Amino acid sequence: MLRALARGMGTTLKMFFRRKPTIQYPFVKKERSARFRGRHELRRYSNGLEMCIGCELCQVACPAAAITVMPAENDPARPNSPGERYAWKYEIDMLRCIFCGLCEEACPTDALHLTREFELADFTRESLVYNRDRLVNKHTSDFQVPTHVYPPYSGWVPMHGPAGGDGAGAASGGEAPAAGDTPPAGEAKGA
Amino acid sequence: MDTVGLVLIRSLILVVALLSLFAGMTLIERKMLGYFHLRLGPTRTGPWGLLQPVADGIKAFIKEDIIPRDADRLVFRLAPIISVFAALAAWSVIPIGPPIQVGGVTIPLSVADPPGGVLVVLAFGALSVYGVTLAGWSSQSKYSLLGALRASAQLISYELSMGLSLLGVLMLAGSLRLTEIVAAQASLPYILLQPLGFVVFFISGVAEASRVPFDLPEAETELVSGYHTEYSGMRYAMFMMAEYVHMITVSSMVTLLYLGGWNGPAFLPPVLWFLLKVGLLLFVFIWLRASLPRLRYDRLMDLGWKVLLPLAVLNLVATAVATAVLG
Repeated sequence: MLRALARGMGTTLKMFFRRKPTIQYPFVKKERSARFRGRHELRRYSNGLEMCIGCELCQVACPAAAITVMPAENDPARPNSPGERYAWKYEIDMLRCIFCGLCEEACPTDALHLTREFELADFTRESLVYNRDRLVNKHTSDFQVPTHVYPPYSGWVPMHGPAGGDGAGAASGGEAPAAGDTPPAGEAKGA
Repeated sequence: MDTVGLVLIRSLILVVALLSLFAGMTLIERKMLGYFHLRLGPTRTGPWGLLQPVADGIKAFIKEDIIPRDADRLVFRLAPIISVFAALAAWSVIPIGPPIQVGGVTIPLSVADPPGGVLVVLAFGALSVYGVTLAGWSSQSKYSLLGALRASAQLISYELSMGLSLLGVLMLAGSLRLTEIVAAQASLPYILLQPLGFVVFFISGVAEASRVPFDLPEAETELVSGYHTEYSGMRYAMFMMAEYVHMITVSSMVTLLYLGGWNGPAFLPPVLWFLLKVGLLLFVFIWLRASLPRLRYDRLMDLGWKVLLPLAVLNLVATAVATAVLG
């Protein structure tokens, strides 16, 4: 019995001097993997248009039924996305979401992306249903509008330049061929 | 000469020092336990968690003070006071160093140094049972009562072996005065002459202080919190205070009786030697708590009556024979 006691005491003493694996959480955060699936974001193209075209595939793919998408036709004068439609309403219920990432895989335009942000705690249920204002990234990404999919566009651009910006819009769509191949109606103004 | 004023000043210093030590011990214990558990313990309240006792104190003060409807109100209020009083009073005769000379006045480094100092400490240790028992009795709660009964049974059985193992030291020193016992260990601490007595005394001391692995009176797995189940706020804090001061008392008694008190190589002042030894024993207390599971109640009684008591008697007889033969 005494030997067992001594061994036990020895074990605890060894632990006493061992380095502690504690991470001082709010000040120091553990490195997350590049593929970490956290809070969702809806990305924008480099010219500021939303990448989401309101196709609802993410809503279909979602196993937890956390996503609600209601698309609407783009106003040709002030389009939200380069496609015909955009997500007029886009809601993700973070209380239902299981962060499986199937929505991200389903997205045909790579608009939906799961960031590495994970501190989502809040006080009410309502505040945890994220709407499009919170999901659409305020910053643009490096993605270019794929010109072989969408018609070239050099009209109103939400982020760059003043509203109805002619110069800035032209600059961002600079590499696009000259206006002419079936432009959307609003394009006439910019050109 | 030692005047009344000096005694009062020393008492005041003693109480303040003990209560600060209690506050410090709560933090140190949590930190050490954390380190034993591969954790860091409190870190957010000030650097190294140093303000944790302050936070705990504020919390204890602003908590609601609940007295159960059926409780015996007077006794319920009195019990924690008795506990703290007994714990603090035991310290009145414990010297932390040899008497010092200030301006021609000899000042002992304890509140008093009576000829029967050891007995005073033991008596106040025994008195602390009253606080515990009355707390459990007056709470009108089955958990409190069971905890209190266990506490009194445990304290009484372990006091026996404690007192008997102590007798060996008293025979060797030939005195009950703590300063003389320490002086008798100037060349050789009694732990070398009384190893068995030391072990028995220390184990009984841990049981006396109701510390893990002998914390049956407050075994939370079965008794919620034992005798202080119904206490909250500052009254609860007073029981904790009594427990920690008791722990410090036991450590200093072991230091004085077995580890040579303030005797030590001259490169450190005597008081520091004393504090160092007490600190080491307190570390052992925490180390035990981090390592050992709680004893079952019947095993606790078995250990007390069938192991420690015979060992203490054996130690006593052996010491008596050796002292008689060797002079």
